[in-house]
Amino acid sequence: MNVKISFRDVVKTYPLKDDTFTALDHVSLDIADREFVTVVGPSGCGKSTLMSMAAGLVEPTSGEVLVDGSPVDGPGPDRGVIFQQYALFPWLTVRKNVEFGLKLMDLPAEERRRRAQRAIELVGLADFADALPKMLSGGMKQRCAIARAYAVDPQVLLMDEPFGALDALTRVQLQDQLLDTWSKDQRTVMFITHDVDEAVYLASRVIVMAARPGRLHKVVDVDLPYPRTEEMRLSPEFGRIRNEVWHAVYHQAPAVPAA
Amino acid sequence: MTQLTALGKSPAQPARRAPSRSRRAVALNLVAVVIGLVVWTALATVGVQGLPGPLEVAAKAGELIADGTLLTDALASLRRVLVGFLLGTLLAVPVGFLMGWYATARGLLEPYVQFFRTIPPLAIIPLAIVLMGIGEVPKVFVIFLAAFLSSVVSTFQGVVDVDRTLINAARVLGASDRTIFLKVVVPASTPFILVGMRVGLGSAWGTLVAAELIAAQEGLGFRMQQAQLYYDLSTIFVGLIAIGVLGLLMDRLLLLAERRLTNWQERR
Repeated sequence: MNVKISFRDVVKTYPLKDDTFTALDHVSLDIADREFVTVVGPSGCGKSTLMSMAAGLVEPTSGEVLVDGSPVDGPGPDRGVIFQQYALFPWLTVRKNVEFGLKLMDLPAEERRRRAQRAIELVGLADFADALPKMLSGGMKQRCAIARAYAVDPQVLLMDEPFGALDALTRVQLQDQLLDTWSKDQRTVMFITHDVDEAVYLASRVIVMAARPGRLHKVVDVDLPYPRTEEMRLSPEFGRIRNEVWHAVYHQAPAVPAA
Repeated sequence: MTQLTALGKSPAQPARRAPSRSRRAVALNLVAVVIGLVVWTALATVGVQGLPGPLEVAAKAGELIADGTLLTDALASLRRVLVGFLLGTLLAVPVGFLMGWYATARGLLEPYVQFFRTIPPLAIIPLAIVLMGIGEVPKVFVIFLAAFLSSVVSTFQGVVDVDRTLINAARVLGASDRTIFLKVVVPASTPFILVGMRVGLGSAWGTLVAAELIAAQEGLGFRMQQAQLYYDLSTIFVGLIAIGVLGLLMDRLLLLAERRLTNWQERR
């Protein structure tokens, strides 16, 4: 397989008063090109930190993070990031938000306009293109954030609990839309969540992490075909995988305290 | 600030209040003014020593307007306040940004800002007179200082409070530090800057009268002080009302600008 993102023996520690806190303890993980991977685990397991390293927002204390074989050196438009808190610029309209990244690419105005419009239509916000974020619901805000990420056409999508703050119905809709888009353009997706159902439904591989110290716990392959459907959610096979992941997340043996 | 929250948190639809509601509020405001005038007249008639009634004050105002004194005084006062306020804000915004953005600048400047903030600008007047004489300079300087100190702190606070995720969102889209500063930090802290400007204008205006006690030849404060020597309470009242009305007008103008510029904010 063609490795897209590679975490190699990554350690992240934060200094405490008279100790160090280990957020990530020797994590190694390869994510294949065009793979959809979800990372699930209890809070404090370092799943968001892991994603932030791929995004270039956090540096590992030791070890390295490679994207396309070269070490990550800060953020870049080749890796789109979607945050749980939407992080839209509240003073810009939907269109201007989506164009933000395109403006940084020095595209001609017409091309910029066209790509923004395409991204806005893709997430179904065409009727709200000129609205300010304050007029949008949570789901629409997250759609706008997704359009902003898609617009610059990144090869990798890094999503940090993007649907965590949404109601169940909206969440399912956005999950299906995300899969739909992914099946067409086949970006590499690293999707952080604390929702086991979501993790299994979306991914071809679920990475389960454990906390204190944050580390890889288990990798569960999801051998369900795409496109994923509503019926699949109710299938025995889905239930089996879901239970396996659930068990791995919620019945973790306590970590052996470091000597 | 209080009016801002009161208006912003109106229980009605945040976007547009029903016209009947605001008409009702205006009517109540007018009633309050009428009641105030009645009470004032009553106090003057009952005979509080030397207190002029509204009509007397109005007559005096007419007189002062007719001979041009009020206009000259008001313009002189406005000029001082506006010059001091503009200089103060013009300096406060970049200094506030420097302090918020660069830890070094903050470390170097914060002791001075925090220290001078605790000194009422009026307390600087004796020093200003000794160092700068009795011309326009010390008056404008004191007003400048009042406006600067109020604005600088809120600008600085605005920059410090910019949501980290917004900065990260810009960084992952490929924004440089320069772009982040201009396209994220500046707009995100605009509401703070505007609030700081309103507070700054308030303290500038509040410092005016005292500043005009420094051997001024014209100005509302000067006129009132002259009137005090001649026991001319009507003129003092005219001066007070003029100061109040002008202050209110300027505050409303800034509030309007603030609404315009920060319309994007979510008001809950």
